[in-house]
Parts: sequence; structure tokens; C-alpha cells
Amino acid sequence: MSASALIPYTVETRPDTGLNNVKIGIWLFLASEVMLFGGLFAAYILLRIGAAQWPLGASILSVPLAAANTLVLISSSVTMVMSWASLVRKDFGKFRLFMGLTVLLGLVFMGIKATEYMTKFHHGLFPRTSTFLAIYFTLTGLHAAHVLGGMVVNAYLWGPGSAMWKSEPLRFTNRVEAAGLFWHFVDLVWIFLFPVLYLL
Amino acid sequence: MSSQQAKDHPHAADVDRHVRAYITVFVALMVLTLVTVWVSSLRLSLRLAVSVALGIATVKASLVAGVFMHLSSEKKLIVLGLALTVVFFLFCLLMPGVSDALNNRL
Repeated sequence: MSASALIPYTVETRPDTGLNNVKIGIWLFLASEVMLFGGLFAAYILLRIGAAQWPLGASILSVPLAAANTLVLISSSVTMVMSWASLVRKDFGKFRLFMGLTVLLGLVFMGIKATEYMTKFHHGLFPRTSTFLAIYFTLTGLHAAHVLGGMVVNAYLWGPGSAMWKSEPLRFTNRVEAAGLFWHFVDLVWIFLFPVLYLL
Repeated sequence: MSSQQAKDHPHAADVDRHVRAYITVFVALMVLTLVTVWVSSLRLSLRLAVSVALGIATVKASLVAGVFMHLSSEKKLIVLGLALTVVFFLFCLLMPGVSDALNNRL
């Protein structure tokens, strides 16, 4: 019995929901992710409101590096969606190009993030140093873990996972779409993290 | 490909239209990021700075969700599920404040 028979409706629409299982699964997962980051954003707001003094993010953190990272992540979102569009156009070569660029841009993001972290540690700034730094490292660390997770999945789909394109092209396209939804969500979280932590 | 599968998956012609939207949104997101950084260099009051920065971030997030994640053309079930999540998120955000206010009144 094949895996698709064990888990039905991975490609076809379910008659009851009007959606396939992959779509429902990834959106439910993203809803749980909204609550995870939402809880931490709520903690940030409460800590900031309750603090006698709160530093301006730009006085401690590097705005140019974070702005560059924002542009990198936005670019990676475009390459990600273009990799999916290439599969719909049945252009596997373009898919490989755009997915490879997405992984590469993810690496650039992590490189800049690592540089930022190392600079902070070098200056004796750790999560224990202040409440601001504690929430900064928690939020950006959790976000970076998500970027890393997305990169692993994207690299798999670019490399060994792409063998599915030959046997089950629709299912592979669906996988890329689901990975893309996760990657766009990671971009979306950063869109809020950037102004909240660095600019306000 | 079954007829059901063919109906459920976008065609190359639809994607050509989508790609134009992706490029437009990409340019808009780049410009809005630069605007966010520029606005932060102005010496606005905290309240105004927060409103402008989060306002721009919300516009950017809507573009990503609506166009890149195809939420604007997604089924109602997904949109309703996300709306419910937002309600829970707001509850999580506002509950401590409401609790504080009630305690102070008692």
C-alpha cells in the first residue's frame, strides 16, 4: 500500500472541506505558530509597559544590519513563490534556480544574524544583561530557529526530495507550496520583529 | 491527471498573472521597508512612531499574506480559522491589562 493511500486527499480536494489535507494541515500549524509568537509579543508589550525605563532598540542594536536582513528575507519570499510558480509552469530548471536562491538567501540571513549576535556577545551583552536583551534574544532566537527549519526543508526539496517531481509532480508541487507558506510566515513574523525591536 | 485534480490546481496562464503581482508586491515591500527606516530617523513622539511603524508593518504583512500566501483567494474555512486565531491572540494580549484594571477597581 502506498503512502498516498494511507493519507488520502494529499492532492485532491476533500469533498467536505473543499481543501486538500496538506493545505488544512499547514494552515492549522501556522495558526499554532501565530499563538506561539503572539504570546511572546504579548510578553514583550507587558514587559515594556511595566518597565520604569526601556531603551531605544537602535541605541543597542544595529539598524543597518537588521534592515539588510529584512530586504534579504523579503527577496527570499519572492524567490520561494517563484519556485512554486515555476513548477506550475512545469519548468523544473527554473524551480531549482529559485529554490536554490531561497536557500542561499536564508544562509545570508543567518550569517547576518550570527554577526549581530557575536557582536553583542563580544560587547558583553547577553540575555541576562537586561530585560530588553532577554526578550530580544528570545524573539530573534526563536525566529532564527524557524528560518533554520525552513532552510532544511527547502534544501531537501531542492535536493533529494525533488526526485518526486518525476513520479508525482502534483504532490511535489503541493509540498513546495506548503513549504512556501511556512517560509512566508517566517518573513511575516520578521516584518513585525524589525520595527518592534530595532526601531521603537 | 484526474478531472478533479485538474480543477484543483492552478494553470500556467493563472500563474503568469500571479507572477506580475509577485513582482509588484516585492517592489512595494522593498520601498515600505526603506520608508520604515526613514520614518524612524524622524524624531516623532513614541505614540506616533509606534502607530506609523506598526501601520506600515501591517500593510507589509497583509501584502505577504494576501499575495504570496494567496490568502486573498483562499477558501473561507482557512480565513475563518485564522480569524479565530486572531481573536485568541487578542484575548491573550488584552487579558492581563483587563485583569489589572479589575483588580485596581476592587
